Amino acid sequence: MLKYISRRLLYTVILLLLVSLSIFYIFDLIPVDPARLICSKQCTTALVEANRHRLGLDVSVFEQWWRFIQGLFHGRNYGEGGIKDIYCGAPSFGYSFNRHACVSTVMAAAFPITLSLTIGAFVLWLSVGISLGILAARKKGKFADRASTAFVLIGTSLPTFITGIMVVLFIVLKFHLVNPLELGNWQNPFTNPLGWLRTFFFPCATLAIAYAATYTRFTRSNILEISSEDYIRTARAKGLSEKVILRKHTLRAALAPIVTIAGLDFAGLLGGAIITEGIFSLSGLGRLSIKAVTQTYDLPIIVATTLVGSTFVVVMNLIVDVAYAYIDPRVRTA
Amino acid sequence: MSSDNILELHGLKKHFKVNGAFGRGKTVVKAVDGIDLVVGRGETVGLVGESGCGKTTVGRTVMKIYEPTEGKIIFDGVDITDLKRRDMKAYRSKMQMIFQDPFSSLNPRHTVGTIIEAAYIIHKTEPVGGRSKAIQELLERVGLNPEHVNRFPHEFSGGQRQRIGIARALALTPKLIVADEPVSALDVSIQAQVVNLLDDLQKELGLSYLFVAHDLSVVQHISDRVVVMYLGKIMEIATTTELFANPRHPYTKALLSAVPIPDPIIERQRERIILTGDLPSPANPPAGCVFSTRCWKVQDRCVSEAPIPVQISPNHTLACHFPEPAGQA
Amino acid sequence: MSKFLEVKNLSVSFPTEDGLVKASNDVSYSVDRGETLAIVGESGSGKSVSNLAIMGLHNAAIAQISGSAWLNLPDGPVDVISAPAEQVRRLRGKVMSMIFQDPMSSLHPYYSVGNQIAEAWSLYNDGSKRDGMARAAEMLDLVGIPSAKDRVKDFPHQFSGGMRQRVMIAMALVNNPSLLIADEPTTALDVTVQSQILKLIQEIQKEFNMAVILITHDLGVVAEVADRVCVMYGGKIVENAGIDEIFYKSQHPYTIGLLDSIPRVDKLGSHRLKAIPGQPPSLIGLPTGCAFAPRCEFVSEVAGSQCTTQDPELAEKTSDHFARCFLQPEQISTLTGRKASAK
Ligand SMILES: Nc1ncnc2c1ncn2[C@@H]1O[C@H](COP(=O)(O)OP(=O)(O)OP(=O)(O)O)[C@@H](O)[C@H]1O
Ligand SMILES: Nc1ncnc2c1ncn2[C@@H]1O[C@H](COP(=O)(O)OP(=O)(O)O)[C@@H](O)[C@H]1O
Ligand code: SF4
Ligand code: SF4
Ligand SMILES: [Mg+2]
Ligand SMILES: [Mg+2]
Repeated sequence: MLKYISRRLLYTVILLLLVSLSIFYIFDLIPVDPARLICSKQCTTALVEANRHRLGLDVSVFEQWWRFIQGLFHGRNYGEGGIKDIYCGAPSFGYSFNRHACVSTVMAAAFPITLSLTIGAFVLWLSVGISLGILAARKKGKFADRASTAFVLIGTSLPTFITGIMVVLFIVLKFHLVNPLELGNWQNPFTNPLGWLRTFFFPCATLAIAYAATYTRFTRSNILEISSEDYIRTARAKGLSEKVILRKHTLRAALAPIVTIAGLDFAGLLGGAIITEGIFSLSGLGRLSIKAVTQTYDLPIIVATTLVGSTFVVVMNLIVDVAYAYIDPRVRTA
Repeated sequence: MSSDNILELHGLKKHFKVNGAFGRGKTVVKAVDGIDLVVGRGETVGLVGESGCGKTTVGRTVMKIYEPTEGKIIFDGVDITDLKRRDMKAYRSKMQMIFQDPFSSLNPRHTVGTIIEAAYIIHKTEPVGGRSKAIQELLERVGLNPEHVNRFPHEFSGGQRQRIGIARALALTPKLIVADEPVSALDVSIQAQVVNLLDDLQKELGLSYLFVAHDLSVVQHISDRVVVMYLGKIMEIATTTELFANPRHPYTKALLSAVPIPDPIIERQRERIILTGDLPSPANPPAGCVFSTRCWKVQDRCVSEAPIPVQISPNHTLACHFPEPAGQA
Repeated sequence: MSKFLEVKNLSVSFPTEDGLVKASNDVSYSVDRGETLAIVGESGSGKSVSNLAIMGLHNAAIAQISGSAWLNLPDGPVDVISAPAEQVRRLRGKVMSMIFQDPMSSLHPYYSVGNQIAEAWSLYNDGSKRDGMARAAEMLDLVGIPSAKDRVKDFPHQFSGGMRQRVMIAMALVNNPSLLIADEPTTALDVTVQSQILKLIQEIQKEFNMAVILITHDLGVVAEVADRVCVMYGGKIVENAGIDEIFYKSQHPYTIGLLDSIPRVDKLGSHRLKAIPGQPPSLIGLPTGCAFAPRCEFVSEVAGSQCTTQDPELAEKTSDHFARCFLQPEQISTLTGRKASAK
C-alpha cells in the first residue's frame, strides 16, 4: 500500500510538472501580448521589448517555466532590467505588475474564501445528500421518499445562478436574514465562526443544492441496488439486525462509489465557485481569475490560478484513488 | 494435410497479457498452451475440463475471435491462422458458434426472423427459395413454430432461445459448429431436448462439432472422441468408449470419479478420488506436469519434466509419466 | 413423533404485474437431525422460495406466506412462519443457517473472511474481536482451508469458488446450528470441487448431528447424499419419498421422465436420450388439473381426462411414499416396465 501511494505520488508530481509546462505553452500561443498591453499610449518597439524583458517574457517558454518552477522553491526576483528589483519569497507564483503584488500574496487572500466556500458546500451537500438518500431508500415508496424525489427534481433542474439569485433576493434582501453589507466580507471561521457562518452559509448552500440533489438520488439508488446483493441476504441469514445490516454492510458498499464521485466533484467545484462568488461578491479565486482574464489580462495571475485549479483536480484524484483502495480491498490486494 | 479433417490444431497457443494489481507489471495468462487437436468430418469432439482450463479460449481461437499467439489452425484443408478479418469472412460462414447463455447472445430488440436473417445479410448470401422461406425451414428444423418468426427473444424460454441460437448458426449451412457449453444453462429436462436436436442435425446435415462442456455426462453422450484439458494443456484424448471405460490419465480418472451418478446404490459403493485444492492460476502454472500439484501419483520426475502427449494406441493419446494401468474403469 | 423441522402446507406467493406468482404451493416436508432431505426440481420450480420463508428471508411487504414451519427446539416448538420477526432473527445463524448457490457474490467484498465469520459468532457469543477471529480461524481449519490462521485476514476475492463456499459453510456453522439449508451449494462449482464440498457437508453433518436440506437440480448429487427426496414441479411437491423409492420405485411420471432424460457417465453407448417434451409451466395462473399434464406421456391412461380437469392430491401410494398423480403403483410399473422392487 505504501509503495503504491509513493508511486502514485511520484506520478502526480510528474503530471503536475507537465501540466504546468503545458500551461506556459498554451498561454504563449494565445495572441495577446502582455508586453504591449501594459505599454503606454506612445508605445515604441523598444519600449515593448523593454517591457517584455521586465515581464520575463523575452526568454524561451521553457526557460520561463523553469524560472517559475525555481521560484516555487526558492522565491524569485522579478522585474529584470527594471528600475527596482522585486522579490517574492518561496513559494513564489509570480508577480502581478497590474496589482504590484506577489501573486502568492494575492492568492493567499483569495484562497481561504474559495476554500471556505467549497469545503462548506462539500460538507453540506455530502451530509444532506447522503442522509436524504438513506432516508429515501429506507422509506421507499413512502412520503419521505416522494418528498426527496421532489427535492431531487427541483435541485437538479435549477442552475446555480438562478438558485443564487433567488437566495440573494429572498433570504438576504427580503427577509434580511443576512445584512447585505456583510456579504462578501471575509471572516475567519476559527476565530469568528458565527460571522463566517453568516457570510458563507448561503453561498455554500447555493453551491451545494444541485450537488445535494444529485447525491440524494445516487445514494438512494445505490442503497437499493446493494440491498438486493447476495451478500446482504447472507448478512440477514446470519441473524444480523436490519440496523447493523444497513450500517455495516449496505452503506459501506453503497457509499464506496460516492467517494470517487465526491472527490472529483469537489475538484470540479471551482467552476461553480466562480458563479457563486460573483453572485455573493466574494473575492475568491474564481473572481480573481475571471477578472485577470477579462479585464486586465494579468498573465501571472492567470497562470497561477489555472495551475492551482489543475493541482486541485490532480491531487483530488490521488486522494480518491488512495481512499478507494482503502475502502475496497479488491483494489488493494488483487 | 489429410482432408479427412475439418479442423486441425497444431501447437495452438493463446496467451493473454494482463495487468497486475496497481499496474504492477504485466503477467501472461497461458489460457491455451500448445495443443494439438483434430476434428474429423462428421465427427463430434468433446472438450472437457474444469472451469478456467481454457476450453472457451480454444473455441474462440478456432473461430478467430481471438488471434492465436502461436501454432496453426487448419480449417477444411486451409491454413487460416494468419487470415485477416476480411479474408476470414468466407470461412466464418462455414464455421459457426453456439453459446452457453441463450439469454445474452440474442439481441433483445430484434425479432427471431431478423436475428437469423442477419446471417444472410452479413455474408451477402441468398438461400435457394428466398430468405423468408429459408428462415421458416430453419425454425421448423430446430423445433420451433415457424409462425413465431416475428417474436422477440424474451418471449421464448431458455431452451427455445438456445434453439434460436442453433437456427442462426445453421443459416449459412456451416460445416463445423463450435458449441460452447450449449446446454449448461438449460434445465435438466430441456437439456435432453437440445442434445437430441444437435444429434439429429448432425445426422441430417453431416455437421462436425467441437463440443465444449464441463458436464462429462453430456459430453460422453454426444461425443465420438473426448479431449481432456487441464490448465491450457491436453491431458488425454481418446474415443469416448475408450476414455470412459479405460481412463489412463490420473486427472481424467479423478474427474470421472467426481461425476455423481444418479443411482443411489452405485453411489454408495463408489470409491471416490477426491482431489485436493483447486486449479492453479494459469498465470503461474506449476513446473513440469501442470497437474502435479493435485495429482496423487506425483513423483520427482513429474515436477522436473513436463510429460508430452504420446499416442499409446491408435485411438488413445496421453500425457503422463505414470499413467494408470490399462483395462480398469 | 415429530421431526426437528416440520413444514406444513407452506405457500408463498408474490403479487406481480402479470398476476400472482404461486412460487411455492401447499408444500409440506420434514427433516430430522442427522438426516439429509434433498429438494430437487428444475429452475423456477419453487425450491428456494419455501426455504427462504423458513429462514424468514422474504421481504414481508411483498411475499404472501401461509402455512407453518415448526422447529422442535429443546424449550418447546416454534413456528417460524407465525413467530415475530425479531424472534426468528435470533434463530437465524444460531439454530438454522443457510448457504447459497453463488459463493462469489454471497460474501461481502469489503470485509475479510475472518471478520465476516467473527461477526456471525459474536452475535451469539460474548468475546472480544480477537476471540472472534480465533474462532474464525478454527472454523476455516475445520472446513479444510489450508493454513487457515494465515488466511483469516484475507478477502473473499483472494479465494477460489470452492474455497469461498467453504468460507460460507464455516460462517453458517460457527454457532453450531441444528439445521443447515444448502441452496444449490455446488451448482456454480466444478465437479471435482463439488465432490469436496459435498463430502465436507456430510462429514460436518455427522459431527454436529445437523438436519440438512439440500436444494439441487442434479439427481446425481441427490443420489450421492440424500436420505429422503422431495421432487418439485410447478411450485408443488409432486413426489416425496425415501431415496431408493424415488430412484427405483418412483410413483410420478415427472420423476421417471427426469431420470430417463439425463445422460449418465456409467452408461456407455449413444442411445437417444428420452427427453420430456415441452417446457416447465409458468407459475402465474396455473390451469386446473395436473401441472405436468401438458408434458405427461400418460395423460391418456387416466380415465375421464381427469388429469386436465382435476388436481391430483399428494397421496400415500405405498408406505411412506407420497406422489401427486392419479396413476396407481401397478399402472406405473406396467406402463414404465419398471419392476416393483429395487434392483
Ligand atoms: N421476489 C420474487 N418476486 C416474484 N417472483 C419470485 C420472487 N422470488 C421467486 N419468484 C418466483 O418464484 C418461482 C420459484 O422461485 P425459486 O427461486 O424458488 O426457484 P428455484 O426452483 O429455486 O429455481 P433456480 O434453480 O432457478 O434457483 C420462480 O418462478 C420465481 O420467478
Ligand atoms: N480476454 C481474456 N483476458 C485475460 N484472460 C482471459 C481472457 N479470456 C480467458 N482468460 C483466462 O484464460 C483462462 C481460460 O479461460 P476460458 O477458456 O474462458 O475457461 P473455460 O474452460 O471456463 O471456458 C482463464 O484463466 C481465464 O481467466
Ligand atoms: S505426470 Fe506425474 S503429476 Fe502429472 S499426471 Fe502423471 S503422475 Fe500425475
Ligand atoms: S396426474 Fe395425470 S398428468 Fe399428472 S402426472 Fe399423473 S398421469 Fe401425468
Ligand atoms: Mg467457458
Ligand atoms: Mg433457487
